[in-house]
Amino acid sequence: MIKNSLIALVLASFVFMFYHLYMSYEPKTELSGIAAHYAEHGAAEVGAANLVTAVVVTYRGFDTMGEVTILFLTASIISFFLKLSKKDEEKVIVHRGTSELLVTASQILIPIIFLFGIYVFINGHLTPGGGFQGGAIIASGIVLSIMANPNREINHHAILWIESISGIFFVIIGILGIFLAGGFLDNRFISLGEFGDLFSAGAIPIIYSLIGLKVGAEISNILNRYQKSQKES
Amino acid sequence: MMEYLNLGKISLLIGFILILIGFWGLLSQKNIIKIIVSFTILETGINILIVALGWIKGRTAPIIDDSVEQMANHNVLNTIVDPVPQALVLTAIVIGFGVTALLLAYAMKLFRAKRTLEINKFNDLKW
Repeated sequence: MIKNSLIALVLASFVFMFYHLYMSYEPKTELSGIAAHYAEHGAAEVGAANLVTAVVVTYRGFDTMGEVTILFLTASIISFFLKLSKKDEEKVIVHRGTSELLVTASQILIPIIFLFGIYVFINGHLTPGGGFQGGAIIASGIVLSIMANPNREINHHAILWIESISGIFFVIIGILGIFLAGGFLDNRFISLGEFGDLFSAGAIPIIYSLIGLKVGAEISNILNRYQKSQKES
Repeated sequence: MMEYLNLGKISLLIGFILILIGFWGLLSQKNIIKIIVSFTILETGINILIVALGWIKGRTAPIIDDSVEQMANHNVLNTIVDPVPQALVLTAIVIGFGVTALLLAYAMKLFRAKRTLEINKFNDLKW
């Protein structure tokens, strides 16, 4: 009883706070400060049609690097935390097969899903989307393949190598920016190209493809761990 | 009524409601999986709120293509919404994914330890 009334009290104070915020909210009428700078000079400085990508990859590139590091940290903590003992690792559980509909559909859909994921992260500087979204789409293809065939083993080494290599190249491209252009993760050491083309915006498509591969590999690694931990007794 | 409730206010309202639902779930639910679901609802509410704060009436997404250029008469400044909150929310979504994945891993381990997901049964640190 006391607990319920305390919860009600907390929620009521939140409602009070939100009510005042909501009532005093006035939608903005024009871009302010840094956003105006991005809108005005973003296309000329970075060359990316998608300004969100310009902000994420170039203006706030260091932030994105931290974000990728956090994902890596999550994947490694989960790997460490769900580590199986030797005895469990060798155990073989044969799952019941899934329905034929799912198996057949997955054979057709998985290549298309992978292709779509790659499309999303390669076109990250032109259309809505980018590395993180594309990586998540690729990982969803892997979820489908696990669901269609629960006994499938994901190749752990391939994931590890894709993740490490793309992570290292991300940092190398960032450092190249220091020497060849204005600063860390500056994309202008490759020519900016024609605005709106696929090969434009300097290093952004390369950086976003690397991020996409890395995120896809990390999420697949997490999924692989979850799947394997079924063996734990 | 319609001019009072613009898109920004509607999104703000949805964000606040989702945050309240999330807090309610976090505080009142006993099942660990339900707590994790409440957490993700709370996070979604906050993300909607941040994106809503960057909204400007009558403007389009911050992607410069031909239609935007035409609309603006080559002045992008008056055509697009604020790109910064959207970039921040992209970061927040990824961090939220990481936290949720960790929470689920912990939930799995907790279930293995006691064969239950009731949070009241985990009272080892209580005195």
